[in-house]
Amino acid sequence: MLRVIGKRLALLVPTLFGLSVLLFLWVRSLPGGPATALLGERATPEAVARVNELYGFDEPLLLQYFTYMGKLLQGDFGTSIITGRPVLEEFATRFPATIELSVVALIFAIGVGIPLGYLAARHYGKLLDHGSVVLSLIGITIPVFFLAFIFKYLFAIQWPILPPDGRQDPRINATHVTDFYVLDGILTGEYDAAWDAFQHLILPGLALGTIPLAIIVRITRASVLEVQNADYVRTARAKGLMEKTIRSRFILRNAMLPVVTTIGLQTGLLISGAVLTETVFAFNGIGSFLARAIFELDYPVLQGFIIFIAILYALINLIVDVSYSVIDPRVRVQ
Amino acid sequence: MFTSKTARGTLPTRKRAAAITAGAAISALLLSGCVQSQREEDGGAAAEGEVDSTFVFAASSDPASLDPAFASDGESFRVSRQIFEGLVGVEPGTADPAPLLAESWETSEDGLSTTFALKEGVTFHDGTEFNAEAVCFNFDRWYNFTGLAQAPSVSYYYNNLFRGFADSPDAAVYESCEVNGDLEATVTLAKPFAGFIPALSLPAFAMQSPTALQEFNADDIGGSSEAPQLSEYAQGHPVGTGPFKFDSWNVGADLTVSANEEYWGEQGDVQTVIFRIIDDPQARTQALQAGTIDGFDLVSPADIPVLEEEGFMIVPRDPFTILYLGINHAVEELSDPLVRQAIHHAIDKQALIDQTLPEGTQLATQFIPDVVDGYNEDVTTYEYDPERAKELLAEAGYPDGFEVQFNYPTDVSRPYMPTPEQVFTNLSAQLGEVGITVTPAPDVWTPDYLDRIQGTENHGIHLLGWTGDYNDTDNFIGVFFGQEKPEFGFDNPELFTALSEARGMTDREEQTSTYEEINEQIAQFNPAIPLAHPAPSLAFAPRVDSYPASPVNDEVFNMIELNE
Repeated sequence: MLRVIGKRLALLVPTLFGLSVLLFLWVRSLPGGPATALLGERATPEAVARVNELYGFDEPLLLQYFTYMGKLLQGDFGTSIITGRPVLEEFATRFPATIELSVVALIFAIGVGIPLGYLAARHYGKLLDHGSVVLSLIGITIPVFFLAFIFKYLFAIQWPILPPDGRQDPRINATHVTDFYVLDGILTGEYDAAWDAFQHLILPGLALGTIPLAIIVRITRASVLEVQNADYVRTARAKGLMEKTIRSRFILRNAMLPVVTTIGLQTGLLISGAVLTETVFAFNGIGSFLARAIFELDYPVLQGFIIFIAILYALINLIVDVSYSVIDPRVRVQ
Repeated sequence: MFTSKTARGTLPTRKRAAAITAGAAISALLLSGCVQSQREEDGGAAAEGEVDSTFVFAASSDPASLDPAFASDGESFRVSRQIFEGLVGVEPGTADPAPLLAESWETSEDGLSTTFALKEGVTFHDGTEFNAEAVCFNFDRWYNFTGLAQAPSVSYYYNNLFRGFADSPDAAVYESCEVNGDLEATVTLAKPFAGFIPALSLPAFAMQSPTALQEFNADDIGGSSEAPQLSEYAQGHPVGTGPFKFDSWNVGADLTVSANEEYWGEQGDVQTVIFRIIDDPQARTQALQAGTIDGFDLVSPADIPVLEEEGFMIVPRDPFTILYLGINHAVEELSDPLVRQAIHHAIDKQALIDQTLPEGTQLATQFIPDVVDGYNEDVTTYEYDPERAKELLAEAGYPDGFEVQFNYPTDVSRPYMPTPEQVFTNLSAQLGEVGITVTPAPDVWTPDYLDRIQGTENHGIHLLGWTGDYNDTDNFIGVFFGQEKPEFGFDNPELFTALSEARGMTDREEQTSTYEEINEQIAQFNPAIPLAHPAPSLAFAPRVDSYPASPVNDEVFNMIELNE
């Protein structure tokens, strides 16, 4: 299996190379440039020209690309035009936030989605089934940011039981070690800080988790429905196996394969959902920063962040592939 | 989550999962306490007063830089104003210069050299003494910027106001700084610059600790040629003489400053200020409603009545802004002065203000607000008179009106224009009344809109404006009408010369009366329509009693009064 993983990782190199070319061209084909974003309504043509010259935006594209790649190969992703900090550092400081948020969203989506889908299938055609189908349809059709707004309005403003924004109340003055705030609170023994950080994760986590939740419910339901009528299940029943064993070993386990694929894909897609959710909840992760970079045409950040996200996406998919063989020993990663 | 257990609990991998969970829990317990909590024990400054002395203010973005010399944005300056002070301050509530770190100054007759008498007994937060040497160190530092530090986007204000550096002395306004004694320094300029003293009230020219600047390589902003990188100083070591000291900056989340116990002036109710970064305007309003912040700036006009009703305090600033309807003279119809007069008469500015702009907005008769020098009380005005507008159009040869492109930006809120779409709709209807049909041409603010207005001829009438930096007339009308620009597309050498001469005047009084004349000259030429001076507002939690609102945003938080 190690060889397969190695091969898959090696394939990542040409993929990323292609992506870097496309990204580079796309970002630069956007109208205008960072100079106007930087200078605002004060911009005189001379100032814009000066900025472009200093930043090297006036050089031929090919030359700009080689300069960029040259640095990239040395691990230099450039500096954010907006913040003046290295892109790598910007990513690293915000990444834990988005991971924390995604984990909460995923726990919610998986923890609720699989049982709900499974129960819907078991009670096929009954009220629970119809209810879960309608719920998942709503989950898929409502835009994330709208849901985020609703959650925030209801549970942070109308009935203020949860914090409306941010990752942690700055008044708490928490110690940060890993930048995973909940973990930090546990590690340092500042449990109030951990609890506060966790509370800040609930609303955005639920909002972000809704779409994967809805999809997981549907896939689980469909998959369980298919498996529970399979020949081997009938055989197992005929053999007189206990219903509990049949459900767990024969139905659920076999039904999990497509669900795991879905979870893998949805995990990657969480990042795009995070762009909106994080903005609504003023949650300082890579999503909200990416949104800002798009508005202000921060070339280096756009390029760097999208490459990082692509790597992440590829890695998640690799993990999903590997996990197949754990769930279903007949599947061998090839 | 309860449900995950029912799903996973019966899997054969149960034991493994249980082992992993237990392992994780045990290691978390073992680890907990391994890492030292760096939390300061309470009981310090915060517990002393009767009020909660921590003040949380929502900022719309991170500061671009903690080094104000390399910043030009409002959020950087908001933070700078807490940490730093300049030689010259601002008279509270006005835009006029006032003594700060310099107790007084005297300018030579030729206007070229100014001698500053410095305040005694002031030290920087790092213990460095504030004296004439520190003053000259700062002036020389700016003058000797090299490479990327000279980029207009980096040292914006020095570039614009002092125009040149040590390696381009012909262009430079600054010449030298001389230490005359511990508490006296003389700054000599190479060229007259009447706005020199008011300019020094800008945070960009605040006094910074020479020791810290050197220790943390403040000028080392090279990084890469693609984008300049903040220096170590600008990222986390700003040292000034102000009422607050820099504490920490959690980029993208919050920035904290705390009271400078050695401060020479008054220390107020606020001992710690936390600037929380919330970039979505809606989210700032909601944060105030939810009680997670104490205040924020640039309240959307639509939210003002709602917040007031809920018991929040709205503080409008005196306007230091101008919103105007730009006119592109390159368009045939618009080059006709009669048509421009007709447009002016067609607009009911008061109705526009009442319907689309925040409370406190003043009607504009010229392109500077009344707190700026050179404001002309008796300037020619064009009253709202749709009949007169129709007559003028007929006289100009357009009895049935004409069609014109109306450019406006979307999804943007500027201090002088909170909701451009509403202003557009309102003005379109007004112009329609007199027969001018507008073709809507919306664009996103950057880069499309600004590029189109400032870089091309492809626009008709448009919305734009300005927020002033300090009491400098040239900063308004000089920027707008000082030279031929694609934005307006006219060539008026007489006006250009007048503005250029006024800029070079050394005598402030003479300059002021010249600007009054120029404002009249502009009113008669009528190159564009000054609409309003919108007043930006701040909103605060009920526990805030007063806030030192300033037209030029010179707001230092030690002046905030709290009641709980």
